[in-house]
Amino acid sequence: MLEYAYLIVLCPLLGCLINGLLGRRLPKVLVSLVACGSVAASFVVAALCFYELAHLAPAQRVDPGLVQATVFCWIPVGTLQANFATLADPLAIVMCLVVSGVGLLIHIYSVGYMGDDPDYPRYFTYLNLFAGSMLLLVLASNFLVFFVGWELVGLCSYLLIGFWFEREAAAAAGLKAFVVNRIGDFGFLVGILTIFALFGTLDFGAVFKDAASRSYPGDPWMLAITLLLFMGATGKSAQIPLYVWLPDAMEGPTPVSALIHAATMVTAGVYMVARCSVLYALAPASLVVVGAIGAATALYAASIAMTQYDLKRVLAYSTISQIGYMFLACGVGAFAAGIFHLMTHAFFKALLFLCAGAVMHALHGELDIRRMGRLSKHLPLTWRTFWVACLAIAGVPIFAGFFSKDEILWSAFSRGGALGLACWIVGAAAALMTAFYMFRLYYLVFRGQSHISDEDREHLREAPASMALPLVLLAILCVVGGFVWLPFWERGQVFEGFLQPVFAPALALMGGEHGLHAAPLEAAVTAVSVLLALAGIYLAYRAYVLSPDLTQRIKQALGGFYRLVYDKYRVDELYTAGVVNPGHRLSQWFWQFVDDKVIDAAVLGLATACRQFGEGLRYTQTGYVRHYALATVLGAAAILIYCLVR
Amino acid sequence: MLPATVPTSHYLALSALLFLIGAVGVLVRRNAIVIFMGIELMFNAANLAFIAVGRQLGSLDGQVVAFFVMTMAAAEVVVGLGIVVAIFRHKQTVNVDAVNLLKW
Repeated sequence: MLEYAYLIVLCPLLGCLINGLLGRRLPKVLVSLVACGSVAASFVVAALCFYELAHLAPAQRVDPGLVQATVFCWIPVGTLQANFATLADPLAIVMCLVVSGVGLLIHIYSVGYMGDDPDYPRYFTYLNLFAGSMLLLVLASNFLVFFVGWELVGLCSYLLIGFWFEREAAAAAGLKAFVVNRIGDFGFLVGILTIFALFGTLDFGAVFKDAASRSYPGDPWMLAITLLLFMGATGKSAQIPLYVWLPDAMEGPTPVSALIHAATMVTAGVYMVARCSVLYALAPASLVVVGAIGAATALYAASIAMTQYDLKRVLAYSTISQIGYMFLACGVGAFAAGIFHLMTHAFFKALLFLCAGAVMHALHGELDIRRMGRLSKHLPLTWRTFWVACLAIAGVPIFAGFFSKDEILWSAFSRGGALGLACWIVGAAAALMTAFYMFRLYYLVFRGQSHISDEDREHLREAPASMALPLVLLAILCVVGGFVWLPFWERGQVFEGFLQPVFAPALALMGGEHGLHAAPLEAAVTAVSVLLALAGIYLAYRAYVLSPDLTQRIKQALGGFYRLVYDKYRVDELYTAGVVNPGHRLSQWFWQFVDDKVIDAAVLGLATACRQFGEGLRYTQTGYVRHYALATVLGAAAILIYCLVR
Repeated sequence: MLPATVPTSHYLALSALLFLIGAVGVLVRRNAIVIFMGIELMFNAANLAFIAVGRQLGSLDGQVVAFFVMTMAAAEVVVGLGIVVAIFRHKQTVNVDAVNLLKW
């Protein structure tokens, strides 16, 4: 089955083709079936591949002969042999399962959520294209195919954010996402070119093996390559400094936010770092950069999330913050933990977004949480699943987020050194804030006093079955998803063991599994994490249920600082003033000066010169025969003189 | 007393002078008939040159060419005067400056 891994990519793309070409002429039921069915087929094939991989010995799971399959030879030019080939190793298959599984649930949810939209077939066309592109990215076995998938998901993000393109905000948000991604992609492309220049090949296996043998930790070329690749990751995965597109991306339909901007596309950067773990292991400085940016972003975005009143914006900043955790994990060498958090995050973040969608569906698009409240009465199922997701993201024990977040914090702590401890402190602070702002959301939306307008109250109704089913399934995953990390104290065997052969080379380069192993210390760190989570929940309860005027007093006490955080640290304004406006002026200059006055002037000038010359020349045609006779005589005399003189 | 021979160069100089006078007449005068007179003068200058060199070389070729030139001159005057008469019918003048419509 592993050699048929390309089917995982092919099915959604076929669905996209069918819905794209014929969608408008097909009945809605058929469109839904094609779309959901293709992703379901992907999931089935991925599950079968997983089953096959799980029964292989660890060393066999990364054996190219078994897991790599060439579909066709794409670019054979000189030394560049870029084949369209799939690499179905454990890392790829885990990602496939997450993408196709969560993707399938979101497709089913979309059937209900987008049911009334006139552009229903176009939506599913784009969604299937996205699924296919993301799976292509994940299953790629060389940098070129990976980059194709990378760019395609960026395109789908643009198409889906700007799905309701008649709305100016949505169109602008789509453009912003694409342009900011492009900036990162520039770095990524230069990185790929450097890899090719150094290694002469773009195949993952060949590059990693070559790098491990020829290079050494601290190699400046590795540093350059990894930093360039990470630049692309900061764009795609919305980290500092290229995160600004993600909050705006909430203009798109909510299932899109759930799938692309929570569960899958934004995790592509994390997947890339994990995939290139060997390269990053050979450049410890860039791992420090990755970890530092991840930690900083986690804290930064969490702080902004605490002040926002737009339901989806809070979740967007939460996503940015959680992806920071994943990069933090990679930075301290805990690649498997990072991927684990990627998986659990997909579960609870998708669930959070889908619940938000259900709330918006019930309240006719209301997004301001100050105009909600006490929705537990009207939307019982949404309420309970949202509560499960909040517990998961806050890191309350037995729920999924607890296992993954705690593993990351423990990896940071046990790694020690300045980076490890700093990451642990920042990560713990961000965890406290995460619990706080998530439960702030929970209390303001579902509990507390109701601030819903009366007319909205009339239309309140719980989500239909197509939307409710994914909510329930994701809630179940939030509860049991963490159990793959058990047994817990001895560094989870099931999940980590499955992925171990993928990360073994990198971990070997980093000096093996160093760090503390003391069980009591690990228990203490875990206890701290749990206490922080509970503290965050309690603080939110105090602020939003017990004494609602407490927040008002805090806001007044913090004054200017609060306003700074509320304005998202004015980074958007900074970028507009520092980058966008100069860019506009540069473009204006190019248009008005270089294009109009230089290039056009050159072309028109040539024409004008010809015309002027002709106009001057015509005055020789005076009409007087005598003048022509004179010209003849003069010419004859000139020839005569010339012949005589010569 | 032997008759003094006029050197050929004198003839050629006279021929050149006559040619020059004829050319200037063609270029400067505005009356079409006078221009023809200048052209005739140029023809005669050429004739003189041919005959002088023919006598110097002792062959009759120069005089044969002179005959040709005279015949051709006559034919040319016929055609030319025909054109002048046609122009006169339209313009009531033989001033060549009046025929200046093919201009910018």
